Amino acid sequence: MTDTILEKLSAYITTEFLKQPGRILTPNEPLLSSGLIDSFHLVDLSLYVENNFGVRIDDAELNASSFDNLNQLVAFIQSRM
Amino acid sequence: MPTFSDFLKAHYEQTPDKISVILLQAGQTDRPVTYRELMHGAAGYVKTYQQNGIQPGDVILLILQHGVDLLFAYFGAVLHGAIPSIMPFLTEKLLPERYRTDLAALVSVTQPTAIVTYRDFEPEIRAAVKPGEDSVRAVIVSDQVEGPYPPCFSFFGGLRRKPEDIVLLQHSSGTTGLQKGVVLSHQAVNNQLNNYANAIHLMADDVFVSWLPLYHDMGLIACWLMPILMGYPLVLMSPFDWIRAPYRLLQAVSKYKGTLSWLPNFAYNFCSQKIRDRDLEGVDLSTWRLISNCSEPMRWESNQSFYQRFRTLGLRYESLCTCYAMAENVFAVTQGGVDSPVVYEDIDREMLQTKKVAQLAQPGHIAVRMMGTGKAIQNAHIRIIDTKGYHLADRHVGEVAIQSDCMSTGYYHRPDATEKVYIDGWYLTGDYGYTVDGELYIAGRKKDLIIVGGKNIYPQDLELLAYDVPGVHAGRASAFGVFNEATGTEDVVMVAEVDMDDPVERQKIADSIRVSVTRGSAVALRYVHLVSHAWLVKTSSGKTARSANREKFLKEMHGNGQIY
Repeated sequence: MTDTILEKLSAYITTEFLKQPGRILTPNEPLLSSGLIDSFHLVDLSLYVENNFGVRIDDAELNASSFDNLNQLVAFIQSRM
Repeated sequence: MPTFSDFLKAHYEQTPDKISVILLQAGQTDRPVTYRELMHGAAGYVKTYQQNGIQPGDVILLILQHGVDLLFAYFGAVLHGAIPSIMPFLTEKLLPERYRTDLAALVSVTQPTAIVTYRDFEPEIRAAVKPGEDSVRAVIVSDQVEGPYPPCFSFFGGLRRKPEDIVLLQHSSGTTGLQKGVVLSHQAVNNQLNNYANAIHLMADDVFVSWLPLYHDMGLIACWLMPILMGYPLVLMSPFDWIRAPYRLLQAVSKYKGTLSWLPNFAYNFCSQKIRDRDLEGVDLSTWRLISNCSEPMRWESNQSFYQRFRTLGLRYESLCTCYAMAENVFAVTQGGVDSPVVYEDIDREMLQTKKVAQLAQPGHIAVRMMGTGKAIQNAHIRIIDTKGYHLADRHVGEVAIQSDCMSTGYYHRPDATEKVYIDGWYLTGDYGYTVDGELYIAGRKKDLIIVGGKNIYPQDLELLAYDVPGVHAGRASAFGVFNEATGTEDVVMVAEVDMDDPVERQKIADSIRVSVTRGSAVALRYVHLVSHAWLVKTSSGKTARSANREKFLKEMHGNGQIY
């Protein structure tokens, strides 16, 4: 379960945001603090999470203090399931 | 001619209970501020500035977020006769060390005598200034300022300022932008406000709604000074809140019967694509009479998608306007869409690119849809000139030059930068454009500026950050913008030459470039393209030829079948 969510998120971020579809993000790789994704993407990310994992996230909930890597993001999503 | 303080005094005396600003803050109840409260709070700041020995005519830097502190500190500086300048706030992405370097660069050129900030941020500021060595005499913390009190205007230096005195400085962001403060006088700003108020037919029941940053002309002039000085309510939210919850803008328009907003082009795409239906329940946009697309290249498609998404909420097509503006003219040069709908035309792309002529496209020819920015507002004049300065006829593309009664006199303490762009009373904008019967169309950019979401970014700042990465050599990187149709703004691309071929090593360098640029400039790169030695095109003087590198990059991407 965790792995599936993680893979889906990784594929979404590398394809849509980084434009490097072949790239694999590691679970602990910093995403916001490293500049891989920025505030413009956070709304996209929360819409993607809502539409794909059946959880409800308010726009402002995903931010630099709620997650910085895929592990943290997955934990956040699972806490809502 | 009245100065800013005269306007404020009149509102205070005539309509003290009128609401001037309604501050919207995420997670908090909306905070209305009347003119009485505004002037009392500002008077507290005047006292504090006086106690710290700040003189009228001194520059005061404000490093504060949207809120009452910023309101009081800003208009306190105005009442004191000092020159306020708002500096972008530190974002979570930016390295504190880098922010200090930028601040020190700004201080060295602008020479402020005081900086106002929050207590939490005070150590950052103190670390960047050098007491006794630089100009800064006081770092003022917002919670230590004198309390509000009824103002005694006759004691305030602001009432003794002359129309030609400098009233404010406007900087754009980044190391380069921070060292170019646009100088504006009371007279220039007043003239702009009068000219522009006529252009948009300002009405008694107008309500301004904005999320724009205040270190930029669109936010500072159209959505801060114009409503507050001219006596119209302003509903203001922070850009940080808006970018995370774009529906707040529409809810605010609905709740407060907003009539006027200014948005950079990307915001049209952002709102139309990223707002959930559940956040629009009960929203009514029928009061919104003018929404001006301004501050970055505007697209017909962006306006359309915005209209299509929100028309069922009462949005009217004729509310969508356009505007061409720049800090060097205080703000607006043109306005379109007020008296008649925004115009657009389909231009032959080949003729535009090769002959620099904007000819209407014949059927079967590839066309680009150009949206008019409107006609010059009163007292502003536009000329399209060629490289020798000769005036070009309609439909010929050249550099846009402007002249008006509201121009800046130049860049603060920067005669070198000023003399390059102010020639014979005309300001050379660095934008390419053409006119048709007075309608101005913008067709590109001469200067190597990148504009992302309305924010100006100097590529040289980003390239310097790339050179910090081991494996990238100085002079061997090039940054530029590429328009992204989906987002409605530019993506920032960095091309850098590296010596190694190992893909793992190259990936590490690419990531390091992203980190260095983001943490050093708060700009996220959308694409890092690593190339081999001697890929980059240089000018004859050995500098990076950014537009040539951009063309080469696009060609390579098309060749690979990639998105660009």
